[in-house]
Amino acid sequence: MNHSKPRAPVDRRRFLNLVGLAGAGAGAVAAGVRPAAAGATPDPDIVNIPGWTQSLGAGVNNHPYGIPSPFEKDVVRREVTWLTASSESSVSFTPLYALDGIITPNGLCFVRHHGGEAEIDPARHRFMIHGMVDKPLVFTMEDIKRMPGRTNRAYFLECAANSGMEWRGAQLNGCQYTHGMIHNVVYTGVPLRAFLEAAGVKPKGKWVLAEGADASAMTRSIPIEKAMDDCLVAWAMNGEALRPEQGYPLRLVVPGWEGNMWIKWLRRVEIGDQPWGQREETSKYTDLLADGRSRRFTFFMDAKSVVTNPSPQAPLRAKGPNVVSGIAWSGRGTITRVDVSLDGGKNWTTARIEGPALPRSMTRFYLDFDWNGQELLLQSRAMDDSGYLQPTKAELRAVRGENSIYHNNGIQTWLVRSNGEAENVEVS
Amino acid sequence: MSRSARSCAIAGAFFLAFTAVAAADTVKLGRPALPEEIKAWDIDVRPDGLGLPEGKGSVTQGEELFQNNCAACHGEFGEGAGRWPVLAGGQGTLKSERPEKTIGSFWPYASTVFDYVHRAMPFGAAQTLQPDEVYAIVAYLLYLNDVVPEDYVLSKENFPKVELPNSANFYDDDRETTEKAFWNKNPCMKDCKAKVEITSHARVLDVTPDGAGENDKPAGAVE
Repeated sequence: MNHSKPRAPVDRRRFLNLVGLAGAGAGAVAAGVRPAAAGATPDPDIVNIPGWTQSLGAGVNNHPYGIPSPFEKDVVRREVTWLTASSESSVSFTPLYALDGIITPNGLCFVRHHGGEAEIDPARHRFMIHGMVDKPLVFTMEDIKRMPGRTNRAYFLECAANSGMEWRGAQLNGCQYTHGMIHNVVYTGVPLRAFLEAAGVKPKGKWVLAEGADASAMTRSIPIEKAMDDCLVAWAMNGEALRPEQGYPLRLVVPGWEGNMWIKWLRRVEIGDQPWGQREETSKYTDLLADGRSRRFTFFMDAKSVVTNPSPQAPLRAKGPNVVSGIAWSGRGTITRVDVSLDGGKNWTTARIEGPALPRSMTRFYLDFDWNGQELLLQSRAMDDSGYLQPTKAELRAVRGENSIYHNNGIQTWLVRSNGEAENVEVS
Repeated sequence: MSRSARSCAIAGAFFLAFTAVAAADTVKLGRPALPEEIKAWDIDVRPDGLGLPEGKGSVTQGEELFQNNCAACHGEFGEGAGRWPVLAGGQGTLKSERPEKTIGSFWPYASTVFDYVHRAMPFGAAQTLQPDEVYAIVAYLLYLNDVVPEDYVLSKENFPKVELPNSANFYDDDRETTEKAFWNKNPCMKDCKAKVEITSHARVLDVTPDGAGENDKPAGAVE
């Protein structure tokens, strides 16, 4: 076995060594190819036979459920303990800086609970539909998995409070913290419409109340049009059962809308003729504006993007060819374009969208560039197929003030210093 | 009828029969919910009072229940202990730099207080309070927020008359109109600003965790 230490996300000593090496061969690095120096020492990682080549590795069932390499041990969800009074009503953050593509691994999907992680026996889980229906119904998990119309869809789930700590200025150093209340997985489930049609919604039924089975008994009111359109009652994510922390055995999927509405441990939907004015749509998830009044039912998550690399947890390590990588998403539709600025928004270059660009799903973009060691003010700006363009934070504050907590989709700036380290800043 | 038209008609009839069977199958999955089952789970209360159970409770009864079940986190007068939520006070602060959003200063409906306390409180012992106890605790919270007098008795009957001070100050999402300028298909690409200056640094605040917990709480924290 190899005895090297796993790499920390920002290992300062290793980082400085790399920058030092880059500096020593600056002329060659700028060209992107290092010529072999006369009398150079052969690389011991090539000329010596490592243990993993000589001795057998573990057998095929070493991990009946596989886990990442120990060298990736720092790629984990993280909590910011001062944010909340209790870990059971709190949030952890997806390590966006260490991920690529558009699918978030199940074990790294950020977690938001209000009453802790319920552990539910699927054989004892029930799903009820009642209220303004012809026939109130109860389903078991077995019933649900026999329903016709099974669907697979990739969607982002973004907490309404994602980037909420940044309303008054740059606060947290890392896209995991500033933008990590998001994940993007493929859900398997059945349209909520199928259950509503089975129960028979009465003509006066205009709102749906969805409720979870956990200790917060989370509830939200959802307009019937959305419930009938694209909401899913889902039991799988990325091909396997939902993780307990994501609502096992059943959750609601509400594409493009704020994460709070995606009720986990879904046990009940009631049909009514008015919204219910629940705690999570009055005290919380309402947006206070500067005039003292508040928006309610701000369901859509607007177009947003962030550069994940480089970023404060993922500095630039060498001059020469580098890749700006990032994600963009919109609750109103499909991302059509992402622009990147290296100079704080003075000039923009349209980035390359790579891989699937699906409606209401995370989308990956790249900009290949040559870094000569100059200071950068990195930004990204998303556009969706409704023509919505991601605004600056200043433009958002001009409309909303600084106290709306939720729905901060303003453009993020990373200052990349000449030593490659990056920092969360705001610019004029 | 031509041969092809008849086969179309037969195919159509078959198709109709098939879809009808599918719809019937859908209904066959699941079973009718019994009234007792609906009653056990349907505890939600609406602003118009729909869903309120029979019962009543006084401010005085609520004060005692609150001290025994709630004050350890929320303070004797709903002022909040440590980082636990503040439930009373904050009136007139919503336009200020640091608004204090409580039941009295911010919440639109008393029904939400009843529903939420009944469904999810006390934190860690949810759904242990009886309806009369919830009426009493809500009465005490309304008293702490200067909404009802000290001798008030809250009941299913007088509940819809209770009005919270901030109820008129919510309006439906209006981003499509007030943020119309954000829909811009032709944004500036070159020489968009004369100069760019850094106005705020995260590093200056230095509150990002690096493994250990941090106690320095900045603005806008989520709950």
